Amino acid sequence: MAILILQILNSLFYASVLFLIAAGLSLIFGVMRIVNMAHGTLYAIGAYVTAWLVGRAIGLGLAPAWLFVLIPVGAITVALLGAAIEPVLLRPFYRRAEEYQLLVTFGLLLILEDVVRLLWGGLPLSADPLMDALPIIRIGTLSYPGYNLVVIGIGAAAAVALWLVVYRTKFGVMLRATSQDRRMASALGLNVGLVYVSAFAIGCFMAGLGGAIIVPSQAAVLGMGIDALILAFVVVVIGGLGSLQGALVGALIVSFVRTAGIQFFPEIELAVLYLIAAIVLIVKPTGLFGTA
Amino acid sequence: MKPTAPALTRRSHVPLLAAGALAFIVLLLLPALIDIYQVQLLTYGLIAAIAALGFNLLLGYTGLLSFGHSAFFGIGAYTVAFLLRYLDLHSMELYILIGIPIAALTSALFGYICVRHTRIFFGILTLALSQVLYSLALKFFWVTGGTDGLRVPRPTLLAGLVNFQGAGSFQRFINAYYYYVVVAFAICVVLMWVIVHSPFGKALQAIRDNEVRARFLGLRIRHFRWAAFLISGTFTGLAGILWVPLNGLTTPEVLYWPFSGEIVFAALLGGFRNFTGPIVGGIVFNYLKTYAIATTEYWQLLLGAVLVALVLVLPTGIVGGLSKLAAGLRGKEKP
Amino acid sequence: MTLLKTVDLRKQFGETRACDGVNFIVKEGEFLSLVGSNGAGKTSLVNLISAHLQPDSGQILFQDKDITFTTVTDRIRAGIARSFQIVNLFDGLSVFDNVALSIFSREGKTSKLARLAEHDDEVAGEALEVLSQFGLASKSNAVAGGLAQGERKLLDVAIAYALRPKLLFLDEPTSGVSTHDKAQIMDTVSSVVRAGRVTAVVIEHDMDVVFRYSDRIVMMHEGRFLADGTPDEIRANKDVASILLGAPLAS
Repeated sequence: MAILILQILNSLFYASVLFLIAAGLSLIFGVMRIVNMAHGTLYAIGAYVTAWLVGRAIGLGLAPAWLFVLIPVGAITVALLGAAIEPVLLRPFYRRAEEYQLLVTFGLLLILEDVVRLLWGGLPLSADPLMDALPIIRIGTLSYPGYNLVVIGIGAAAAVALWLVVYRTKFGVMLRATSQDRRMASALGLNVGLVYVSAFAIGCFMAGLGGAIIVPSQAAVLGMGIDALILAFVVVVIGGLGSLQGALVGALIVSFVRTAGIQFFPEIELAVLYLIAAIVLIVKPTGLFGTA
Repeated sequence: MKPTAPALTRRSHVPLLAAGALAFIVLLLLPALIDIYQVQLLTYGLIAAIAALGFNLLLGYTGLLSFGHSAFFGIGAYTVAFLLRYLDLHSMELYILIGIPIAALTSALFGYICVRHTRIFFGILTLALSQVLYSLALKFFWVTGGTDGLRVPRPTLLAGLVNFQGAGSFQRFINAYYYYVVVAFAICVVLMWVIVHSPFGKALQAIRDNEVRARFLGLRIRHFRWAAFLISGTFTGLAGILWVPLNGLTTPEVLYWPFSGEIVFAALLGGFRNFTGPIVGGIVFNYLKTYAIATTEYWQLLLGAVLVALVLVLPTGIVGGLSKLAAGLRGKEKP
Repeated sequence: MTLLKTVDLRKQFGETRACDGVNFIVKEGEFLSLVGSNGAGKTSLVNLISAHLQPDSGQILFQDKDITFTTVTDRIRAGIARSFQIVNLFDGLSVFDNVALSIFSREGKTSKLARLAEHDDEVAGEALEVLSQFGLASKSNAVAGGLAQGERKLLDVAIAYALRPKLLFLDEPTSGVSTHDKAQIMDTVSSVVRAGRVTAVVIEHDMDVVFRYSDRIVMMHEGRFLADGTPDEIRANKDVASILLGAPLAS
């Protein structure tokens, strides 16, 4: 029983992070029809930046409570990076063959992965103090890190916030209009360029936030970006590319399977995930909620 | 049936055959002119060219961009290592005879999964599958040697007739292996040339250009894509097989995704819309990589930056750029 | 002899009834035009017959065999081919290769990867013949992407024709082309098709073209057949006149 609760909590924890990454990917694709191969790396950058800032802050003697501010700072850094990348590297390719878009984001992936290595070296970078700042919660016989519960909360809040923005704000209307028909939106006077860079920045923010919230629990390591990219891909395959519901449901499914897999079948947990993705691709290629 | 209209002047192949023969002869004579280190370097270059040639059947001719070709190169390399370690086989011919079908089988399986999809889904599926192999290589370290990899000393060539021991064996091996690879390279080039100019090759290009119309010509799209994937992976697998005895060692790095990126880069560098593009790209890339790695630790960063620059500035690659230049000089307009 | 027969064919897109119980009969050797305003259902009907779409209900019979649920490939093998309203070519291949590919596919030779395509004299000869019939022989080696619009339209028809179908659907073969070129294209198309004894159904908007080249005219309106007869009968038809007066006379 205790193990079951532990499994569920861990799954929700991981699902929060996965949802942020996958939803960011889906949002960008939904609005701009681009899949950024470097999306996972942006998540990694969020993790590294936050961990680095935490290290600095501790060095400066800041109280743990202040450390939490660093999480959004990490996310915003990634968003700013995204806002710089879109006009420079992506915009020249919207009219060109799709291969070129893929190649450019792949090049970006190579660059960013090495930039991470250049800036922070090959050793893992952790942000334990942040996690330690929160107490261990007792649930019956179980002890569970309070920090993880906060992450689950952040994930849920992000899902709600995203839904509100996309479906209840004027900006969300602009997003949805541009994603449906770019030329029409432009003809109606929407600043498509602004919508694009905003959407991209938001998507990057989410990836960065995912990295920022996981790093106190799991140190930032080289290669975390690619692993995240592939997992995020499995999520959007299952949930459907371009759908926020799909990202949520997909993240939950992938997370539960992965957590169970790690617990019970550590050797093949990755294989089980790919198997599920493969089955979904065969049975419903657009995913559970997909429109693409 | 005789043509009733202006007869199709069949483009004479003589100039092409002559150029090919000339290139082949030049390759054969080179060891006499350059030092042993350059011979070794060129051998690596030819191997890279074979890998890129195989890759480009999918990209340039079928329109599918794979980010997972490291899988096939790695399967080729590790098959050789396993044949040595577990079956104590030393013959290069056996490596090739056994390795090629294994690479083909892997391509067939991966292809079956991947060609149900196009574009980004295809790309990331190929990436994911190659990373499955990579993680397997790491996980089962007692089989694969883990991050240390597996050593592969010099094999015997020509069914054991030629082996390399004793004094001066390094020079003899490098030279002999060079010729071996040149022959393999020539065979690959000819084979691939015939394939892309065959009815099958034309069908692939049609599918690349216009999938809907190809379907309305009665072509079964998925079958063709799968066949192209199979051939592509097998060529790249052969490159892996040829590479490991020269390198002396195989590590999981050749399965890791940046290696797939190198193959993509090589094809792009040479130009993926031409037949000779990947060949030129593979050879040039190999030189670039060797000298870049010697210069900087952040080789991947450089690779990525040049890749982006290429896509922005010279998307048709070296060969494409050169032919545009030539056309411009001739004063003709190319479409 | 009846070549094609559809029985109460229906296809709906949301509220729109693209095909609302269509009973279409095409006899062997006919050269007929399918006309009607935009949205009348002409292209949908052709899409259904060529397996680009699946019908909601109804039957399609070709040479008395039920083909309603067969695939695109099956229908091509059975002898139904089509061209497209928006020109659909293999832009990266030469004009010659475009047509040759049709023939290779028809002959089942596309699995051959060990011989050069251009060494197949039979296919080459036939491809050249088709090209010269369509007046494109001089452009054999040109890349399809670089042709003028009129030539592209002809090549589009030639590719479908090279499949030697029994029933050929041409979706607006003269659209987007100057009036002068229209006549040239239709002259070529109709003479080649008739000489090859291919049954043809042409979707057309230009009524001048329609009256001049067709044996029979079928008019669709809101998913149903409104009129069906020879050009003279259609000219005399009051319903047709009222629809046509509402529509522009030349597209």
